[in-house]
Amino acid sequence: MNKLDFVDVLPARQISTRKSDLSSFEYSYRAEITNVYGLTNTEKLYQIRIVDSDQRHQFTFKPGQFVMLELPGIGEGPFSISSSPTRHGDLELCIRAVGNLTNFLSRVPRGTLVGISGPFGTSFPVEDMENSDLILIAGGLGIVPLRAPLFSILENRSRYKQIDIIYGARNPSELLFTYQYQMWRQFDINLEIIVDQADEKWQGPVGLITEILKHRLEAAGNNLSSNTYAIVCGPPVMFHFVCDMLINAQLPMQKIFVSLERRMHCGRGKCCRCNIGATYTCLSGPVFDYWSVLNMKEAI
Amino acid sequence: MLFKVFPRDQLEILYDILAGHHLVGPQIIGTDRNGQELFAFDYIHSFTELRIDFTSTVHSLKSFVLPPRENLSSFALANNDWEKNVDLGIYKPHVFFGLHPCDINALNKLDKVLTGPVYPDPFYTGKRKNMFIIGVNCIPQPWCFCKSMGTDTVLSGFDMFLTDLGDKYFVEIQSATAYDILMELPITEPTDEDHRRFVQLMDERNSKFTCQVDNSDLTKILDLEFQSPVWQEWGKRCMSCGTCANVCPTCYCYGVTEHVDLDLKSATKQKQLYSCNLIDFAMVSGGHNFRPDSASRLKYRYYHKHRGFQEAYEEALCVGCGRCGQACLAGITVPEVIDSVRRQEVPK
Ligand SMILES: Cc1cc2nc3c(=O)[nH]c(=O)nc-3n(C[C@H](O)[C@H](O)[C@H](O)COP(=O)(O)OP(=O)(O)OC[C@H]3O[C@@H](n4cnc5c(N)ncnc54)[C@H](O)[C@@H]3O)c2cc1C
Ligand code: SF4
Ligand code: SF4
Ligand code: FES
Repeated sequence: MNKLDFVDVLPARQISTRKSDLSSFEYSYRAEITNVYGLTNTEKLYQIRIVDSDQRHQFTFKPGQFVMLELPGIGEGPFSISSSPTRHGDLELCIRAVGNLTNFLSRVPRGTLVGISGPFGTSFPVEDMENSDLILIAGGLGIVPLRAPLFSILENRSRYKQIDIIYGARNPSELLFTYQYQMWRQFDINLEIIVDQADEKWQGPVGLITEILKHRLEAAGNNLSSNTYAIVCGPPVMFHFVCDMLINAQLPMQKIFVSLERRMHCGRGKCCRCNIGATYTCLSGPVFDYWSVLNMKEAI
Repeated sequence: MLFKVFPRDQLEILYDILAGHHLVGPQIIGTDRNGQELFAFDYIHSFTELRIDFTSTVHSLKSFVLPPRENLSSFALANNDWEKNVDLGIYKPHVFFGLHPCDINALNKLDKVLTGPVYPDPFYTGKRKNMFIIGVNCIPQPWCFCKSMGTDTVLSGFDMFLTDLGDKYFVEIQSATAYDILMELPITEPTDEDHRRFVQLMDERNSKFTCQVDNSDLTKILDLEFQSPVWQEWGKRCMSCGTCANVCPTCYCYGVTEHVDLDLKSATKQKQLYSCNLIDFAMVSGGHNFRPDSASRLKYRYYHKHRGFQEAYEEALCVGCGRCGQACLAGITVPEVIDSVRRQEVPK
């Protein structure tokens, strides 16, 4: 009777049932929330450490990649890694409480164990950017995915030329990582911050991020040297305005990099939630050069 | 490929040889308003239930490889600690007795995404590996446009494929297991007459395809007509119910949810099939929806199937089975939509 004697488990060649190989799919790393810092009313910085020390040291990622973080029974979602790649499996995630998972997360104590899988997605090509001027532009939460490339760049500061960071938030109380601005500036970085609405204490400029960018571009005679790269992270509306200005200042669109947000339920090119036509944002993104973005319908 | 023939009355013997396994095939599940038989794939318990002369099934066999709901993992919870358990949910070997070319082609298309190239899905792949497939030739129905999609015949993805020659079955053999099984039947080499009969039957079948889609340059046309007002008109009709994706043999999109059990000691992570027609499909945090209206979601379904997948895999993610059009309460069919985009008018 037993004519068909197929595999009950998966054949070794196709997918191994060894735990380590499956880790790329349903198995995840156990990680501990070692510290939580409130940054604003809605954002917290989570320091997360992969529990197993071998796994922790082996965990590597590139700046711009994300992990899926799971709170068992509550939910799972994609979050950009916001720490330096040299810190391996000691990760920092900055998370805004917006829904089920993230609100729950904002209330868990230190010591909570979460699941981490990844890293997933594409990254900012910081090595290609060496010996160039850099303009990093972030709006709102966009500063979060920008921090990993920034750390990489700061760690090799001498390999880069002029660095400008332009960061805009709705109001001063929403500014993230304020405690680090001083340190960034010590690395000879030109950091300019603008808010939509000032409060009593705010002394800096008020307005849209494009105004700061305009000054920066005017200073360059509206002609960015071809030896310039730009990284742009922020809400979808920001991309058009900012990227158009950069292109008008002669920056080739392959030298502008953006990070796109899409709904993601798998991070592995399977659930299709992040799909834009032929492109899975989780596999071919979230980091894209601007030419690829223009080439995709409904991308921004 | 090897070809053999065996007498028609031997089909029951073939069934008997395989009946010791879980066996899935087309059977009658009722009749429609007009008294026409309705078929579905389900477990078969006796030869008389098996109706390999079926027209087409309402649902595809998707639920056997991509269950509508599936547990991805379960957790044992204790204070802030937990253990994760993964059950890949792989079935014992299953025999699928009587799949039409379109449904076999649909599985082949799903394989392209779900078994590779990066992060093969072990839940799907495990089930797929354990399938023994017996294909059968079909009689074209008025809503089938598989010929336009190039999926009216199938070249791979089955173990054996049967064509009814009248008094015998013509069988294409594609696996050693199938060959072994057939050795228990009185099989013979096809005669010249059998060859002629086979070709003649295929010609007859070909002439019966009435429904067509003009696919030429479709990827470009979908890009060019991305802003076409035609989509708005279809959008007005579409109820965003997701039935089309539900019955489609190639729609595989899903969502993941997690639940804590009532005892607070265990939790599950579940995947359920979804549809890009449902309103929150592309909604991200903060409530921004990349496809907020039914027109953009309906358009996306076509765009993904006939352009995106085409670009990624050099084929469309549609086998032309026509099930979506048959099931759609708003009467939206693929041939009409594509035709209207080409000609810029929506049929009344
Ligand atoms: C590549 C990438 C990087 C991100 N990085 C960060 C970050 O560093 N910090 C941060 O605060 N947020 C980030 N987000 C957004 C973050 O993933 C969502 O805010 C979060 O998943 C919302 O989960 P929720 O359960 O609290 O929200 P709810 O609105 O309750 O969502 C319910 C479910 O929908 C899903 N979901 C909702 N929004 C999203 C979304 N945007 N992407 C994927 N799934 C979603 C989740 O599976 C969630 O379980 C990122 C998103 C992407 C795509
Ligand atoms: S096309 Fe038809 S079946 Fe599909 S979502 Fe719209 S109304 Fe429902
Ligand atoms: S889109 Fe419609 S016709 Fe095409 S495979 Fe799916 S159900 Fe069949
Ligand atoms: S997140 Fe599932 S396909 Fe990209």
